[in-house]
Amino acid sequence: MNRLLPRALMAPAVVTLFLWMIVPLAMTLYFSAVHYNLMQPGEKTFLGLANFEYFVTDPDFGPSVINTLVLLGAVIAITVILGVALALLVNEAFPGRGIVRVLLISPFFVMPTANALLWKHMMMNPVYGVLAQVSIFFGATPVDWLTDHPLFSVILMVAWQWLPFACLIFITSLQSLDRDQMEAAGMDGANALQKFWFLTLPHLGRPIAVVVMIEMIFLMSVFAEIFTTTGGGPGNESTNVAFLIFKQALMNFDVGVASAGALFAVVLANIAAVFLIRMIGKNLD
Amino acid sequence: MKHLALILRTVAAWLVTLLIVFPLIWLVLTAFKTEQQAISIPPQLFFTPTMESFAEVNLRSDYLHYAANSVITSIVSTVLGLAVAAPAAYSMAFFRTRKTRDILMWMLSTKMMPAVGALVPIYVMAQTAGLLDSRTALIVVFTLSNLPIMVWMLYSGFKDIPPDILEAARMDGASVWGEFLHVIRPLAMGTLASTALLCLVLSWNEAFWSLNLSSSRAGTLATLIASYSSPEGLFWAKLSAASLMAIAPIVVVGWFSQKQLVQGLTFGAVK
Repeated sequence: MNRLLPRALMAPAVVTLFLWMIVPLAMTLYFSAVHYNLMQPGEKTFLGLANFEYFVTDPDFGPSVINTLVLLGAVIAITVILGVALALLVNEAFPGRGIVRVLLISPFFVMPTANALLWKHMMMNPVYGVLAQVSIFFGATPVDWLTDHPLFSVILMVAWQWLPFACLIFITSLQSLDRDQMEAAGMDGANALQKFWFLTLPHLGRPIAVVVMIEMIFLMSVFAEIFTTTGGGPGNESTNVAFLIFKQALMNFDVGVASAGALFAVVLANIAAVFLIRMIGKNLD
Repeated sequence: MKHLALILRTVAAWLVTLLIVFPLIWLVLTAFKTEQQAISIPPQLFFTPTMESFAEVNLRSDYLHYAANSVITSIVSTVLGLAVAAPAAYSMAFFRTRKTRDILMWMLSTKMMPAVGALVPIYVMAQTAGLLDSRTALIVVFTLSNLPIMVWMLYSGFKDIPPDILEAARMDGASVWGEFLHVIRPLAMGTLASTALLCLVLSWNEAFWSLNLSSSRAGTLATLIASYSSPEGLFWAKLSAASLMAIAPIVVVGWFSQKQLVQGLTFGAVK
């Protein structure tokens, strides 16, 4: 009894997660090899690798991969660099620090669709938006953000959401920074820049790696922001791989091609996941 | 000199913070404007607040229907998730075997799967089962996608409970259930609560699955807000009012549990 019970307790979680992983994966593998259109049910002919070929030779495929990587790289760069700067700024005591920290984290809890529409309409509208009004105030011509810089606009929205996350992790980590060591370095004549470079930055190495990898996983499939603002356009300028798969599946109803794309996305995500899992594993015991 | 540095730091920190939070402040202000004031040029900072947009949102877009869907899907998926994850985490924390570590890592790896990778099969399954646009489908998907995070958070919380206490309870002849109820539960209340909160936040804000699997019948607040993407006429005040009602509860929850949420999201990799 004593040996069975722990397993019985674990079984529901293990079994459901196993099904959650294996059933969609098996179905995706199968769909990716057949001709399957939701508009023509019942008709499934074996195609081999044709779906993959179709997905990869789609003129939107190349740009969507590039857009995915640009979005990923830009948001990670913005959130890590600004996140470290912000964390350092609010790390020392000052009046209202508690309130500042609470305010800073807020954008992270705004649901993606509300975030996207807030930026699309109230901030980025080329006539009435706050950004347009600020440009006019300074005598500049207002920019039509979503039409002229669609990918940058999406980057801005996503970075606004994830900057607080990165910042909060860095703040948490800075609190375990060895203060005595910092003081000793100061006494030995190290200036602020040297202290940052040789003490603070190495200390932040691990949290930076964690932020980079977690953001990679979540940002690989940014969807709601694109869906509610640009719809992937104009043209394919703000289409990423996730949105392209969605378009194939639920707008063109081509399940086969979408599944081929999905397998591609899974492989892309797993490259990041392997590193993250290894690092967390080291930390486990 | 030291005084000056403090003043500079304070001013800089507050300025940057207000800049970052400005879009949210603007959302709150716009929610209390009339539609005319919302698009006035130049933008108005000072105005007489009105509640009319809130009333209108409730009347016109059936806000309460979507709010109910959000509340039901996020609460039910949290409860279900806890019911499945807590026993598993308990078993892994207190009956460790050589395989425990591998199981944990494997569970984590299922979370790394991008949602879009499972979109097609889940959509086809929901369609076949007649569950498209149903709360059931959303609840199942929310529960499963949060399950790995829940097991992890609970596991790291349970692990911090000293095993001696359990030994003592077992000597006194407590059953496993009694042990869980009377020894673990009081000690693990904090972990259980923060895990539940994280799960609530994630489900409430979930947009990928709710946009793809639900619309007018089972749609959550995330879908309602998305429907404001391109309506006709003046709607900024109404959009802001609807958004404010949708995000306010969860932002407040977030304020009180930010530390635990971060630990949960990073799987305890940052302490």
